[in-house]
Amino acid sequence: MDESVIDRAVYAELRDTTGAEFVAELVDTFIEEGPGMLAELRAARAECNAERFRRAAHSLKSNGRTFGAVKLTALAREFELKGLDTDPTRDAASLAALESEYARAAAELMALR
Amino acid sequence: MAEGSSRVLIADDNKVNRLLLSRSVELLGHRIALAENGRVALERLRKEPFDLLLLDIEMPELDGFAVLEQLKADLKLRDVPVIVTSSIEGLDNIIRCIELGAEDYLPKPVNQVLLKARIGASLEKKRLRDQEKALVRRFATSEVAEDLLQSGFALGGKRIKASVLFSDIRGFTALVESQGPEETIDLLNTYYMLMFDAIGGHGGVVNQMIGDGLMALFGAPLPLDNCAGNAVAAALEMVELIQQFNLERSTARKPPIRIGIGVATGDVVAGYTGTQQRATYTCIGDTVNLAARLEAHTKVAGCGILIDDTTQRALNGSVPMQPLGEVPFKGKAAAVEIFAVMASQLHGQT
Repeated sequence: MDESVIDRAVYAELRDTTGAEFVAELVDTFIEEGPGMLAELRAARAECNAERFRRAAHSLKSNGRTFGAVKLTALAREFELKGLDTDPTRDAASLAALESEYARAAAELMALR
Repeated sequence: MAEGSSRVLIADDNKVNRLLLSRSVELLGHRIALAENGRVALERLRKEPFDLLLLDIEMPELDGFAVLEQLKADLKLRDVPVIVTSSIEGLDNIIRCIELGAEDYLPKPVNQVLLKARIGASLEKKRLRDQEKALVRRFATSEVAEDLLQSGFALGGKRIKASVLFSDIRGFTALVESQGPEETIDLLNTYYMLMFDAIGGHGGVVNQMIGDGLMALFGAPLPLDNCAGNAVAAALEMVELIQQFNLERSTARKPPIRIGIGVATGDVVAGYTGTQQRATYTCIGDTVNLAARLEAHTKVAGCGILIDDTTQRALNGSVPMQPLGEVPFKGKAAAVEIFAVMASQLHGQT
């Protein structure tokens, strides 16, 4: 497993303070909600809605941080701070990268839970 | 844990965040309720009492800043402590939360130890504030307490039209000497309970209690449409309640009590008098003096309720009364026309 996807110390602290059973439930919720957040981000990009785009990125960042998904957090935060790019193709490339990072994080969290 | 348990509202649009915060707060022994955006949070806060709000900033429909603004403007909700829990970017945004009245800011994911300390401190502050408010309410009328909490304290007054009512128990000193102190206090407490009911029920405010006497205001601090009518209606109910109370006393082989009431209507100066350290809400002026004189004169006139001409005219004949002519009162240049209000007689007790 790639330690750079999920920061084990963050994950362990989450488990220790809230309980293993609860964290399993929290991971399940994140995996249920994740695709919706990514779809929201894409939809906001498509309709050039900066506010919606920023909010969706913020949500993903926040959840990524909770689980110690370091790269996912960084990519989402970049979107939140930068906002919509004047060139949509650049955002499309970054979105693809974010989506594959989400897939990696989700897979690893599933394995950890 | 029930005793230390408080009700915490968690407002967050993100499901993972709501779940995690719920878990963290429940682990601290508190009860939780959830809101998925700012609008829902405000609705819940207006409907049910909460001890604390954990508030996210980035939310659809109504964001955390708007919630803080609305809470601050709402007299009933402005004392609910708010801890902002967010992963919002920029120090200026955090400062904005604090300036809008948030107790504290906790970055997400929220550290459990820090959360415990912050919630504990916020709840303790709220408990002290609630205690303070309860104290103000105990020693001031709820109207004065509201006035104080809304506009703050300032010595000084304003001129308003009001009716002033004075009342006391006839022959109370003799009664005190004939019975034990416990019985006297017991009697006074029942008496005050009945009088407060009658006065409060007609929109009046008991302003002072001295021994067996009391002073009540109608039309201050809050205005009343028909302050004279309300004051006389309260006076009649006071007499009636005392008559009923006397029936109970007679079955317990206790002597009846009688009260005398004076009502006067006119301009009064109302406001806080005293010092910055100790002050009281009161009314001063000729109308107040006249009401006190009328109450004292009930002994001489041998009737229960005496009112002045202004009060009588405001009643428009709605209450039966008898003119008693002009009476010269101490401190008054001219004689004053007075009227006796006819209280319905119950078993001839008064």
